[in-house]
Amino acid sequence: MDYILETRGITKRFGGLTAVDDVSIGLRAGEALALLGDNGAGKSTLIKIISGVHKPDSGEIFIGGERARIETPMDALAAGIETIYQDLALAENLDVGANIFLGRERMKRRFGLLKVLDDAAMADEAKKVLDRLDIHIPSLKSTIRTLSGVQRQAVAISRSIYWDAKVLIMDEPTAALGVSEQKKVLNLVRTLKSQGIGVIIISHQMYDIFEVADRLAVMRRGVLVGERIVRETTPDEVVGLMVGSETVGKER
Amino acid sequence: MGKEPGAVATVGSGKRRGAIAEFLGSRWILIFLALEILFFGLKTEGFASLNSLQILLYYGVLVFLLAVAELFVVITGGIDLSVGYILGFASIVSIKIMEALKPLGLGEGATVLIGVCATLVVGLVPGLVNGWLVAYLKVPPFIATFSMLGVCHGVSELIINGVYAMGLPKLAASIGSGHFLYVAPGSGPALFSRPLVERGVEVLEVVPNIVVATAVVVAVFAFVLSRTRFGRHIYAIGGNVDAAIRAGVPVKRRVLGVYALSSFLASLAGVVYAFMYVSGKADAGASLLLDAIAAVVIGGASMFGGSGTVGRTMVGALIIAVLELGLRMSGTPTFDKYILVGVILIGAVIVERYMPAARK
Repeated sequence: MDYILETRGITKRFGGLTAVDDVSIGLRAGEALALLGDNGAGKSTLIKIISGVHKPDSGEIFIGGERARIETPMDALAAGIETIYQDLALAENLDVGANIFLGRERMKRRFGLLKVLDDAAMADEAKKVLDRLDIHIPSLKSTIRTLSGVQRQAVAISRSIYWDAKVLIMDEPTAALGVSEQKKVLNLVRTLKSQGIGVIIISHQMYDIFEVADRLAVMRRGVLVGERIVRETTPDEVVGLMVGSETVGKER
Repeated sequence: MGKEPGAVATVGSGKRRGAIAEFLGSRWILIFLALEILFFGLKTEGFASLNSLQILLYYGVLVFLLAVAELFVVITGGIDLSVGYILGFASIVSIKIMEALKPLGLGEGATVLIGVCATLVVGLVPGLVNGWLVAYLKVPPFIATFSMLGVCHGVSELIINGVYAMGLPKLAASIGSGHFLYVAPGSGPALFSRPLVERGVEVLEVVPNIVVATAVVVAVFAFVLSRTRFGRHIYAIGGNVDAAIRAGVPVKRRVLGVYALSSFLASLAGVVYAFMYVSGKADAGASLLLDAIAAVVIGGASMFGGSGTVGRTMVGALIIAVLELGLRMSGTPTFDKYILVGVILIGAVIVERYMPAARK
């Protein structure tokens, strides 16, 4: 198996509702997998299981072919699975370096024993990782509040890949962005792919998916109803899978 | 979408206005302070002198300490209403502890040192309770610290039973009223103790001891806020608590720490009060709470958290201190101060609101 991340038979129930029902998907290195489905289809629940927020009732997760125990968000991070939620989870009042290193600050020693924040080193590292994404931010000293949507997205991604993400999960990465900004974020996804990172994208934007995804997986009422290679499908067929009339696209 | 054309049209003038706002935004409180000093300097005889500067700093120390305490809490998005009565509580506790130590015959130095340290340890308790309530039991900071205000007030009155706490060792009193440096004409400068001179010869006294001590404490906490991981984390908590949690910041422990720190500084201010006034009383700091919060807000911190610095808070505190001394020296009743502080406070909030560059 060449999957870097694989789920086998993941099931999660909330009371009487089966939010995720026996779902098995796989993700390869350098691949973008789009996860689609109507509201309540179970996409978010599946993502939360992979990122350790929820524990599945049954099923297994494999990372690099080995069975992984992912029971908390920290487990997922340690396994190289980073999730970027829609709100990006950035502290708007802090600068770029402070955000990338939040919770894992780089320190230096002063006068032999005092440990102080090493802001210069953090800014340097921030610049390096932003360069990797081909994103230029005029002043790394500026707070997140002053940045554009793409720049913020780039900071959130930098934060993940700096800490050696192998799998990056992006929840609606282009929602709430202007058209030209959406394109830039899609470019970011291409850059990530070219660096061998596996990306799972949750999106409602058919355009995004056909632009950057290699494969797509469609969920409906908790069940995985179809997987397609993006090059071999059409938006019509995908919508058909989502709403439950698979024939729509094929027949016409 | 509908407002796009208008937005484009104003870009040119907006940029220039932005530059002006940015310049003023970061400096207006300094400019205000300078104008204030200039005003009183011209209007009030004797205001522009070394002596009145020392008086200003001497009577300002309690507010400086409480303002730093309040700043840390405000940055996390909270508020600590109990600092004033923790100050009073600590002023009483310090004297009572030193009184209790007296019969042991340890000598004044040891008695004062142990008394101060023990007071600071006891003074952590209200803050630890506040922090525990806020961080772990999710009690709103306003409610938790307002309740603590009442508890500290009541406990203080119980200890002193309606009278002042008295009986501070002489050494402590002389530290409280003494100066760092004395210069007598004819003889050289002397540190800490007044040189013996003939009657009628004036000795120049430079910088009260407690001002020096307060400056050191304020500098240490400015360092903690700007250069340590703890400081960085509390800004992050005030900026976006969810982001802080997801980044693995130990949010509850940090919030607990902030309330403990606030209480520690308030107790220190209580000890300083005892040293200055040679007494302790329950409501010693009651009227200082508003000045402390006003200093923080005038200094540009947002009550929603995430912003504010020690330096700017000190400028805010100085604005209030200058106002108070200036009014007092020009013979204006002190209640004018409350009106003016209120007006400046509202003005500061409006400036911060309409000059986004002022926020940093």
